Amino acid sequence: MPFEWFVAMRYLREGRAQTALVLGGTTMGVAVLVFLTALISGLQRSLVAQTLSSQAHILVKAPERVARPLALEAGLAADRVQRTPDRIRSVEQWQQVLEAVARMPGVVAATPTAAGSAFASRGEASKPVAVRGVDDETFARVIEIGPKIRAGRFRLDGTSAVIGSVLADDLGIAVGDKLRLATPEGRGDTFVVEGIFDLGNRDVNQRWVLVPLRSAQAILDLPGGATTIEVRVADVFAAERIARQIERDHGLGADSWMKLNEQLLVALRSQSASSYLIQALVVVAVALGIASVLGVSVIQKSREIGILRATGTSTRRIQRIFLLEGAVVGAAGSVFGGLVGTSFAVAFANLAKSPTGEPVFPVDLTPGLFLAAFAIAIATGTLAAWFPASRAARLDPAEVIRYG
Amino acid sequence: MAEASPVLELRGVTKDFGAGEARAKVLQGVDFTLRRGEFAALVGPSGSGKSTLLNIMGLLDRPTTGRVLVCGEDTAKLGDEALTRYRGRAIGFVFQFHHLLPEFTALENVMLPMAADRGRLDDSMRECGAVLLDLVGLRPKLHARATELSGGQAQRVAIARSLAMNPRVVLADEPTGNLDTQTSDEVFAMLRDVNRRQGVTFLVVTHDSRLAARCDRIIDLVDGRVVSDRPNRPLP
Repeated sequence: MPFEWFVAMRYLREGRAQTALVLGGTTMGVAVLVFLTALISGLQRSLVAQTLSSQAHILVKAPERVARPLALEAGLAADRVQRTPDRIRSVEQWQQVLEAVARMPGVVAATPTAAGSAFASRGEASKPVAVRGVDDETFARVIEIGPKIRAGRFRLDGTSAVIGSVLADDLGIAVGDKLRLATPEGRGDTFVVEGIFDLGNRDVNQRWVLVPLRSAQAILDLPGGATTIEVRVADVFAAERIARQIERDHGLGADSWMKLNEQLLVALRSQSASSYLIQALVVVAVALGIASVLGVSVIQKSREIGILRATGTSTRRIQRIFLLEGAVVGAAGSVFGGLVGTSFAVAFANLAKSPTGEPVFPVDLTPGLFLAAFAIAIATGTLAAWFPASRAARLDPAEVIRYG
Repeated sequence: MAEASPVLELRGVTKDFGAGEARAKVLQGVDFTLRRGEFAALVGPSGSGKSTLLNIMGLLDRPTTGRVLVCGEDTAKLGDEALTRYRGRAIGFVFQFHHLLPEFTALENVMLPMAADRGRLDDSMRECGAVLLDLVGLRPKLHARATELSGGQAQRVAIARSLAMNPRVVLADEPTGNLDTQTSDEVFAMLRDVNRRQGVTFLVVTHDSRLAARCDRIIDLVDGRVVSDRPNRPLP
């Protein structure tokens, strides 16, 4: 058994009260770290998932038109420059763009959409809606609609349509009923409702009418066109970078969900920042706790350290004894703290549940979190022990043996 | 008969503390040599520099001027870490208070210098420690905690610990100063016994003239100078 390990373990074992104190502090610190991280990360994941449940990660669209002033005679200045009202425009050569985007690294799926406004009516009732012509197969890969179908099924062919649950209620529509879509320009068609979805967003459930791409192209007077290409990426937080890449590669407009939900992102970042600050303060408190207890221990053991030095123990070995004590306290604290933090997190997640049985406060307890807590605790323990360990190594053996 | 080889030599050793007006010259040119197998007493009044000299001889402190040679090697050339290692191997200490580590058993206390030197504990150290404790008559107390031993027993463990690295010289600072007369006699007899049987050199610092009279040589230190260094025919 290594000498330093033998002495450090014995000191920890024999100094029961001090060890229990410092271990308790480290355990609670790690527990707070694990609990807070699990909670914040779970909440953020849930918020992002909720936001993205009815939204593609990236929307690729035709580039914005830029309004320029007319050529004016010399000496005259334009009073204002105003863009002309824009009609729905298709992404040029969207099939090639779709193929290229779908092959980009980090992209999971891409689907074309022809979207525009219309009125949905049944009998006397009429509601303004967003018509979205999609290819059902690729659309389901971009937005996970399958599990969110409340009635019927998600299949679009011929004149079938899938509508939101609120719209279905508003118009009194059930699966199999007919629905008429008409644009303000007077084009329109009648569809049979094949399915009713609930995407967890009231506005979407009230406004969206999903129809086959061809049907939407016909209604919206967009022959063979697609107004957007909707993209799903593997890492949701890489969406902005990939969107910029698409813009550069294809000269098109590309909006990531991060840009479209900037406020949410700012809120998430602020939440993360405050959580990191709390965690950093906890780590500092734990470090101070370990440093002060080991510092007291060094003072109490001054004479013993002097004896060890007199009998041939090098300063480096003395230093390692106390560094090891710090590291062991950190490691043990991380194990106990991990267990306590997990218990807190699980208890918290079970406190309140939604009607579907999902926790209102979801928690993310991942192996990565425990590994990180373990590494942080050991590093904190070792660093915190550095000062007392150096102090122990600097003790003058002749002096401490004589005066203590 | 040839003279025994020198184990520890002091050549013109001085030690000053403080600076300027406050400078105190604690040792003022100490010269003497301890030879293999000697059992010497270092005597002198309080404040004569005995402890300072012992620290310098034990390589716990360095002289201001002068040289300390252990088995002919000048220790001034050694860096701090090398000096520590050398101290551990060449010199054994016995203090007035036993200074055993209370968290460890008698056997472990004896093993610690060996483990510190080699960086690990192994079974050979256990055997060696047990033999040394046997030598001081403490075989039955092998696994007793330091705190469970009487003063005399603890001091005997300290003697066993001082012998753990098979040192050239053992420096004993008032080794019986904290013991009653009977225990003091027993411990002193044990030191003499180890000296005779193992051939280990001993330098014993003592105030007790009765004990000094039982040593082979008496070095008298007054005001940081050796005022007398004479052989002594020990009392039986």
